[in-house]
Order: sequence, then C-alpha cells, then structure tokens
Amino acid sequence: MEPLVLDFVPLWTLILGIGVCFYVILDGFDLGVGILFGFQPDTDSRNMVMNSIAPIWDGNETWLVLGGLALLAAFPLAFAIIVPAVYFPILVMLLALIFRGVAFEFRYRDAEHKTFWDHGFSWGSTIATFAQGMVLGAFIQGFQVEGRHFAGSSWDFITPFSILTGIALVFGYGLLGAGWLILKTEGELQERARRLGRWCFLGVFAAICIVSIWTPLMNADIAARWFTWPNMAFLAPVPVVTALLGWLEWRSLNNRSEALPFIAAIGLFLVSYLGIGISLWPLIVPHTYTLWDAASAQSTQAFLMVGTLFLLPVILMYTGWSYWVFRGKVRADIGYH
Amino acid sequence: MDLDPLLLSRLQFVWVVGWHILLPAFTVGLASYIALLEGIHFFTGREIYFRISGFWIKIFSVAFGMGVVSGIVMPFQFGTNWSRYSDATANVLSPLFAYEGLTAFFLEAAFLGVLLFGRSLVPRWAHFVAALMVAFGTLLSSFWILSANSWMQTPAGYELVDGRFYPKDWFAIIFNPSFPYRLCHTVVGFYVTTAFVVAGVAAWFIRRGRFVAEGTRMLSMTLWLLTVLVPLQILLGDEHGLNTLEHQPAKLAAIEAHWETGRRVPLVLFAVPDEQNEANRYAIEAPALGSLILTHDLNGEVRGLKDWPRDQRPPVAIPFFAFRIMVGIGLLMLAVVVASWWLRWKGRLYDSTWFLRACEWMAPLGFVAVLAGWTTTEVGRQPWTVYGLLRTADSVSPSLSGSDVLISLLGYMVAYLVIFPAGLLIMARFVRNGPQEAEGEQEELEEIESGRPGGPVRALPGSVQGKAD
Repeated sequence: MEPLVLDFVPLWTLILGIGVCFYVILDGFDLGVGILFGFQPDTDSRNMVMNSIAPIWDGNETWLVLGGLALLAAFPLAFAIIVPAVYFPILVMLLALIFRGVAFEFRYRDAEHKTFWDHGFSWGSTIATFAQGMVLGAFIQGFQVEGRHFAGSSWDFITPFSILTGIALVFGYGLLGAGWLILKTEGELQERARRLGRWCFLGVFAAICIVSIWTPLMNADIAARWFTWPNMAFLAPVPVVTALLGWLEWRSLNNRSEALPFIAAIGLFLVSYLGIGISLWPLIVPHTYTLWDAASAQSTQAFLMVGTLFLLPVILMYTGWSYWVFRGKVRADIGYH
Repeated sequence: MDLDPLLLSRLQFVWVVGWHILLPAFTVGLASYIALLEGIHFFTGREIYFRISGFWIKIFSVAFGMGVVSGIVMPFQFGTNWSRYSDATANVLSPLFAYEGLTAFFLEAAFLGVLLFGRSLVPRWAHFVAALMVAFGTLLSSFWILSANSWMQTPAGYELVDGRFYPKDWFAIIFNPSFPYRLCHTVVGFYVTTAFVVAGVAAWFIRRGRFVAEGTRMLSMTLWLLTVLVPLQILLGDEHGLNTLEHQPAKLAAIEAHWETGRRVPLVLFAVPDEQNEANRYAIEAPALGSLILTHDLNGEVRGLKDWPRDQRPPVAIPFFAFRIMVGIGLLMLAVVVASWWLRWKGRLYDSTWFLRACEWMAPLGFVAVLAGWTTTEVGRQPWTVYGLLRTADSVSPSLSGSDVLISLLGYMVAYLVIFPAGLLIMARFVRNGPQEAEGEQEELEEIESGRPGGPVRALPGSVQGKAD
C-alpha cells in the first residue's frame, strides 16, 4: 500500500451534498413555478409566470445532470444500486421533464395547441416533482441489495411512505415557487402567489411533522440517532430552527415582505435536508453501504476533484451573472411572447 | 411471450440516443454559425447578418431545448438499464461524463439565456460573447462525450481487476486511439449536416423569391464552408476507417462484409451478407480495391470475419448497409459541392433552379448520414459495450424484467413521437416566416415599449406584423 492515502470521500460527500442542494433549491423553485402555473386564471398571468423562469430554467435543470453524474463518479456503487431500484419514478420524472421543458418553446410557437402545452408544463412540473419525492421516500426506506446489485423488483418503490414524500415535495417545491413569484412579480399576481404559498406551507408543515415522526418509527437506527443521549442535546437545534423558520415563513407570507418568503422556504429545505443527512449518515445506500464502501477509485476521485474545485466556482460566477442580467421584477417584454 | 430485458433495453437505448443525436448534429454546427454571424455583425455592423442570426437563433432555441430535455434522459439510462456497465466502468468513464457537465452544460445553459433573451439587457459585446460561449460549450460537450464513446471502442490506460476497470493513465484514457479520429469525423459531420440545412433553407428562399438577399448570403457562405469541409470529411473518414482497421478489425470486416482473410481482397460494392452461411449473396465486387482502400496497398492483407469465433462477431448486414448509406450520401454531397464550384465560376449559382432544388433535397440528408455513421460504429462494436472486454449482455441491470423495460420503452416512444414532430413543425414554421419576422417581432417590440423606437423604418414591419398576428 502507498504510505499516504488521501481520503477524498468527505470532500466528495460535501460536493455531492452541495450539488443536490443547488438542484433542489434551483430546479425546486422553477418546478414549483410550473406547479403554480396551473392555478393562474388568465393567459397574461401565465405568460408572466413562465417568463419569470424562462432564461434560467435550463441552467437549473443542469444541476440534476450534475447530481446524477457526481453520484456516478464519486459513489458508483450507489448509482448502480439506487437508480435501477427507482426505475419507474425516474422514468416518469424524465418523461414529465421532457414535456415540461419543451413547453417553454412550444406554447408560444404552436398556438393551436397552446392549451395542450400549458397542461404539459403544469402537469409535467407536478408529476416530475411527485416522482422525485417518491425517489426520496424510497431512498430513505432503503433497498433490497445482493452483492453489488439491487435485488428487489422495479415496483418496490411504491409504499405509503414514498407516496407521502411525493406529495410533500409537491407542496415543498410549490412553496419555493411561490417565494420566487412573490420576489419576481407585483400586484395581483404576487397576491395570488402569497395565497398559494400559504396553502403550500400548510402542506409542507404537515409533511415535515409526519415524516419526522414516521421515519424514526420505521427504523430503529434512525430513532437511536435522534433520541439517545447525548445526541438529543446536540441535535435539538434542528427541530427548533425548523420551527422558527416555519414561523418566519408563515409571517412573511402574510405581511408585505418580498424576499423573505423565498429565503425562509430555502431555509426550510436546508434544515429538512440536514435532518435526512443526520438520519442516514454515513450511509449512501441506506441501511447497506456506507459512503466509503461505495466510493470510486482513489485516482478517479482525485482526477475529477482537481477540475471540480476549479470549475464549480467559475460555474457559480457566470450562473450568478446570468441571474443578475435578468434581475428585478419580470417584464412583459423580456422572454417569450 | 417471453420479453427479453436485454433486447428491450438495447432497443430503448437506440431509441433515446437515435433521436437525441439528431439535435447535437444540428445545434453544434448552428451554434458556431450563429456565433460567426453575430461576430460579423458585431465587427462590421451590417444589418443583414443581424437578421440572419436572429432567424437562426429562434430555430436554434427550439432545437437546443429539445436537445436538453432528450439529453437529460441519457445519463439516467446508464443507471436504470445498464447498472452493471456503470458499476464496471464508472472509475474510468464517469469523470469524462462529469467533466462534460461541468465544462459544457452549465456554460451552454447560462449563456443561452442571455443569447435568447438578453439582447436588450447586455452590451453588444456581451451578447456576442454569449454566442461564442454557447458555441464553445457545444464543442466541449462533443469533446468529452466522444472521448467516452471512443474509450468504449478502443479502451486504453486502464487496469481490469475483478471485472471492474481502474484508471492507470488519464491522458491515455481521454486520448485513446480512436478518439482524435472520431472527434474530427463527428464534429465535421455535424458542421456539414448543419451547413446543408442552411443551404437548403437558403435555396428555398431564393427559389421562392422571398428573403433573397438573406438567402444568397446564406447560400454563398455555406457553400464556401462546404467546399472545405466535404473533401476534408471524406479524408477524415478514410483516416478513421484505417484506425478502425488497426484497432477494431472485426468491425471493419463486418463493414466490408469480408468473411475470409486474404490479400488483394475485393471491394464489396453491394451484397446481401448471409451470417448463417458465412458468405455474401448477390455480391457485386471490384477486385483488389478493398485491399487498396483499406491498406493503401493492392497486396495488403485484410482479416475476414471467420478469424473470430461466432460469439465475438458483430452483426454484419447492419453495419454493411449503414456504412454504404453514409458513404453514398457523402458522395452526393461532394457532387453538390463540385456543381457549386462550376456554377459559381459561371456566375449562375443563384438562378439555376435545378441546383437550388438539389440543395433543398439535400437538407435532411446530413442527418441520415449521421445516423448511418452512428449505427455503423455502434453496431460494429457489438457484442461488446467495452470493446473486447465487457459484453453488452453482461452490462444490463439485473433487476429488470422484460415487462418493466417494455413499459419504459413505450413511454419513451410515445413522448418522442409527440415532441419531435411538434418541434419539427415549429422549426418549419419559423423557416416559412423567414428572417424578417423572426428578427422583427421581439426586437421592435422591445424598442418601442422602452420608449426608444429604432426609427420609423425599422419600427414599421414589427408593428404591422403585430397586427397581422
């Protein structure tokens, strides 16, 4: 063996975690905008809602590709077990994302079928979100594994728990989308976003409570992680911060603040995400393989790390610039007509 | 009926890649063309390039959007249907895929928004830079994905331990033996494909007497480009073929339908390869020409398929015919280019109806050639996913049942049969409306609404158009 072996696993875990985080927040809000699109009563509102994300949705969705590829690159065993195990939710998500993605171009260019593409956009966004939520639920529950393969059936993913997490994520992305619309629109449109945001928040709040009770009941290890001493003391801030953020979200949806609903919604996602991380650490194929078991070769992790550490900040810079170009309230004259 | 998850997974992969590859075949070339037009407009300020660019940007945005959504499907295929392939090759291939995402996808996505919607929001130079970055992104994407594909054809720089590949030399992995040839041949193929689309649209404009100024400029530009690229492509194809002969002789034997090893082998112009009896039927052959083309020597030795056991041979008929379709189209393209030289010299490039019609008919053929070339190289690689090392049959996800894959394949078929015709119709509509409308609508409206109309002459077509809609 080499005398010094650098362990890249913690850093890759961090990068993958940040990548998934970016995906969930960025595509989360624009999928959420798609979910709320279906509740807009007239064409003008729908145009504004869509144009609020038209220049940036493509970049947001790119984080999904990056997340998938980073999992493959850093933890290939996890990729090879998890992805086939959620065969159908992934299929449904991809098909829904196809219809949703082309709707941006098609609904303006194909006027005869505008209603069809409008439905494609709102249902595509909703179904893709629901499918992602089911993937999350199936992931938390764990998979039947033999050796290096998923050994269950392609239908194992359907459980009451995964259906709950599917619904939860629809409310969650809806809340992020409402936050974005409050930030980017004015007047009646903004009022509607606040109203829809309040409904979404109630759904999110209920889901967080149910999942927080259900998960430890489902798995003794997770229960032990949270409810044994001294973990309990260390982890107590997580539920406390969650409650505070929930209060802040509700308050800001009800007063005049324009940025806070979006920020607090992101905060709620981050703490929920942290909660799942705490429950499962250090497993990447829940209940079977740890991050270290599933890691790719040392040389692979090193080779990709070099470029990633250089490229990620550059990506964030020019992505930030493209957001800056389209800053401020969405205008009727920029985007598709 | 017994459904085979392996066969269905392969069909699904063919279906999703086959449709997807049509889009990069168009957008890689078009992104560079748009960057060129934006550049000429930026440096010379000539209006016509602005109009042509605006026209193609709209078409590009539809094609690119479809490329994105059909492209997101691809990395997930490796996991859903080819998990054992992923597990075996990830150490070597995954960084190449990941670098494609990191260097290309984000670059394209971020600057595409500015290219499509930002013309009035950023300085002119920044808009030009955005066009350049999108074009650069498409080329980077081609670089990485073709490197990964080439490694599967001609693996190098690896170590095989317990059925899994480990990297030994990253330079050898990325620049594996077939990569430089495949990269050049594919990217030039994409450029040629796009150029024939542009030429076809231009010819149609000219023949119909609409947008003639734009049409002649586009036709002239692309025919100069094709003058260089089509002969270059034929040369590159030959080099790529020699590389295949060296590294994947079984694939080459299938392409040429050579069963017996020998010297002075004939060139099989046409035949119906019979895999059962290991022979060709109805063969039309040119003596010794096979050796000459493949080895550049009349007495050169060429290996035949019988050198390999049956279970290590690729299918013969598919690469054989696909290759001939590709080469046939290449020769047709060369004929068009040669005709264009003569017509240009005679000064009749823009008023020979037969030539304009020929350009229109050629417009879709580049795509056929791309698909045929892709079929040749991928079917020729069989029965392996990693040539000679990992079998396709050992790559598929073990948990899938035949009915699982049938459902997903049907899902992809329905979705793509809705999306692709719809996208094609929308692009055709842009072509019918022509450059002025495409450029007019958005630009004029913005200028008027922000209180600074660009002058009555330029403002007028936009407002008239607005009422007509």
